[in-house]
Amino acid sequence: MAGKVMWVTDIEKSVLINNFEKRGWIQVAENEDWNFYWMSVQTIRNVFSVETGYRLSDDQIVNHFPNHYELTRKDLMVKNIKRYRKELEKEGSPLAEKDENGKYIYLEPCGKAQGKGIFLINKLSQIKKWSRDSKTSSFVSQSSKEAYVISLYINNPLLIGGKKFDLRLYVLVSTYRPLRCYMYKLGFCRFCTVKYTPSTSELDNMFVHLTNVAIQKHGDDYNHIHGGKWTVSNLRLYLESTRGKEVTNKLFDEIHWIIVQSLKAVAPVMNNDKHCFECYGYDIIIDDKLKPWLIEVNASPSLTSSTANDRILKYNLINDTLNIAVPNGEIPDCKWNKSPPKEVLGNYEVLYDEEMAQSDGPDRDLRSRSGQSTGVKGNRARDSGKPVLTTWK
Amino acid sequence: MLDPDSGLSLTIARIVQRLKGSSLHSQLERQARVSLHKPEIKLESLKEDIKDFLRTSGWEKKLQNAVYSELNVFPSPCHPAAPPEHMKEPLAYMRKAQGNWEKRILKSLNSMCTELGIPLAQKRPVNEQKELLNKWNEMGTDEPDLSLFRPVYAPKDFLEVLMNLRNPNYENGEQLSFRNHLGLIQVPLKVKDIPELKEDFSELGLNIGQLGIDDSAQVPPEFFENEHVRVGQKVLAEQDSAAAQQYVRQGCPTALRADLWALILNISNQPEDILYYEQLKSNVIQHDLLVDSLIYKDVKLTASNDDYYFVFEDYLYQVLLCFSRDTSVLEHFTYSSATPPKSYIRGKLGMEEYAVFYPPNVAPLCFLYHEPSRLYQIFREMYVRFFFRLHSISSHASGIVSLCLLFETLLQTHLPQLFYHLREIGAQPLRISFKWLVRAFSGYLATDQLLLLWDRILGYNSLEILAVLAAAVFAFRAVNLMEVTSLAAAEAVLADLSTLKVMPLLQIFLFATVT
Repeated sequence: MAGKVMWVTDIEKSVLINNFEKRGWIQVAENEDWNFYWMSVQTIRNVFSVETGYRLSDDQIVNHFPNHYELTRKDLMVKNIKRYRKELEKEGSPLAEKDENGKYIYLEPCGKAQGKGIFLINKLSQIKKWSRDSKTSSFVSQSSKEAYVISLYINNPLLIGGKKFDLRLYVLVSTYRPLRCYMYKLGFCRFCTVKYTPSTSELDNMFVHLTNVAIQKHGDDYNHIHGGKWTVSNLRLYLESTRGKEVTNKLFDEIHWIIVQSLKAVAPVMNNDKHCFECYGYDIIIDDKLKPWLIEVNASPSLTSSTANDRILKYNLINDTLNIAVPNGEIPDCKWNKSPPKEVLGNYEVLYDEEMAQSDGPDRDLRSRSGQSTGVKGNRARDSGKPVLTTWK
Repeated sequence: MLDPDSGLSLTIARIVQRLKGSSLHSQLERQARVSLHKPEIKLESLKEDIKDFLRTSGWEKKLQNAVYSELNVFPSPCHPAAPPEHMKEPLAYMRKAQGNWEKRILKSLNSMCTELGIPLAQKRPVNEQKELLNKWNEMGTDEPDLSLFRPVYAPKDFLEVLMNLRNPNYENGEQLSFRNHLGLIQVPLKVKDIPELKEDFSELGLNIGQLGIDDSAQVPPEFFENEHVRVGQKVLAEQDSAAAQQYVRQGCPTALRADLWALILNISNQPEDILYYEQLKSNVIQHDLLVDSLIYKDVKLTASNDDYYFVFEDYLYQVLLCFSRDTSVLEHFTYSSATPPKSYIRGKLGMEEYAVFYPPNVAPLCFLYHEPSRLYQIFREMYVRFFFRLHSISSHASGIVSLCLLFETLLQTHLPQLFYHLREIGAQPLRISFKWLVRAFSGYLATDQLLLLWDRILGYNSLEILAVLAAAVFAFRAVNLMEVTSLAAAEAVLADLSTLKVMPLLQIFLFATVT
């Protein structure tokens, strides 16, 4: 065969399949020889597990890192961040930990995406009560005591048109050591359909506080035509017009910084398998002081499209991702240096390139224009923009 | 005709009369009185000293801005003996047409009332008032049954009326030749040609920096952008309306736009303005107008399904419901030929109504102002200065009739082959571009591009740029348009304007096309 890429996927989504087919790649089954496998997170566990795993050959590429959960499970991310901070403290760069009282907190079972298993609690005493109750109720799985993470609830989110929203940004990591990551320029804001009110009686209304699209779809107010999304450039225009250019630039710089820090924190423990790349979905909330807070990182961001525009965006996202991960659409060689030329980046921008940052010195600053900032300085010591995450036992 | 001196004194007299009794007047009086306590004011030179004081404290500047604002807004007087309706609209047949149009709208409104058994206006019962007050900020979540309400008119209907306008005194001969106007508008109004437009819009020339062109990612900011921002900040510091108006011809930096527009429109945020808005709001709460449901339906259909503006749906309701009760808007009728149709209101609310308007003109402003009362004022001023001309029949250079004619003339003169081709396949260009003009392109362009366009509307105090842009869009897509064979296909080529960059299009059309 004259070198056509063989592909497999567990995820039957048209935005993926159309992209494979347009490159002239050939679909095969999992047990055949394949070059490219777009896996679900269960499959990657199997491939790299001790019992069922197998070695990947040089011409095989997969779309997850084996232990991505170091980043995408909140309790592990907390652990990694804490460790990272300690290291930085030794180096003398203080990252303040924020500790707030009296805020709403919500519990999220780790490892469950798409907003399932999230519920809201008003006071610490309510948490204790819940935990006691759950020991006796049968809905808690007996096999593993799921680790729950109490995330600090942001009580003063930035509202636009009176509505709460969160930011979804896509970040592609091609290698962790040296760290090379790309930010997709076309991220978006997801708006809450119902008006935000912080009053406690509204706490039971899950739709008000959560913005995950999957939950939103079942609220009565869900608007079918646009799904309540704004592009990031719209957000930028709005913030520049109403708040000014400096604070807007600062906000976007901080967002990039948060993302890079989160990746740097897990880089030492990540299995930097050369067969792997990964596209993460970062969820970020902005408070009314224009400070960004990282909510969570998703290893398998949804590829379902709720609107036509959505479909186009996700199609292009996969297209650009494949252009970077599988150069020239040819049979991959995982030994390549993972340094794509600028022309193939498409809508991605280099967010951080450790190799380049180190070779050019610590003060390299990539200029930013309309759109988003690119590139973050290698050694910047700033306040952490994260909510406090504590593991609940 | 009128000699310049008496024209000037007429203008002065009129402006003085308008400013007398305005809040600025009382503030100036108050300031003058307060200044009497100051040591530098001496009895011998009282008048001069007070004048000096007003100048140094910035009050003279405010007065200047107010005078400038009045000059912008009012037409120059034609003749001291001219009756008031001639001031509004000099051409009799235009006045008649506008009157007929209004009657038609009122008739339609009234018949809808009778059909649906709903009064044009009624007082709200108390519990309904409370409910509305509670959900004032989230009217977008309501889903009342609006299926029975039809919009009072669509742009198509209005276009039909404009197409049928004729000047009874004009005889253009029997033969149709190429000299004749081949478009839909058949009234002989004077419109500018490209050489005149080039002069008027000289700041858009190729060798002058523009926001929307010279601030793109490939151009280093030192060339133009940084300096432009610096000048903008200075203009704001000086609080000079006239300077601001000149400045925005080259575009507003996004961070300064909200303040610059407020300065040009002479909007200050006085406590009495906020009070006025609150009063309008209470009017909305207390009385239910038929027009409200029409507004609601229109917003639901348009803005809430728009990619950019759906976020501000609730603001739109607030602004528009208040606007429909704002009697001070009637002031603009002194310089428009439209007289508001009286309606028979139960309980004699003493309010008057007028033609239904198009909500999308508010939505782009939500990107700049997030306080409801400020948003409201800016919208009202923009409507009263510019946008009302898009919805009423007049001979004004910025009126919709002139804009349509300007568009068609530009196209026929400079792209004759395209014009003729489209006409032959039954796709008269105005049929496609009319909806852009009537909405000032709101809802068709990307928001940042729309704001750059509206910068120039404010800067040049004219809507003519809308017609020029419409022609420029056709010129840009001319190659594709030459290949279509039906109106539907032509519509499809021009359906999506969201990727267009307006400033390069305008520049190329005005300054870089070989004519």
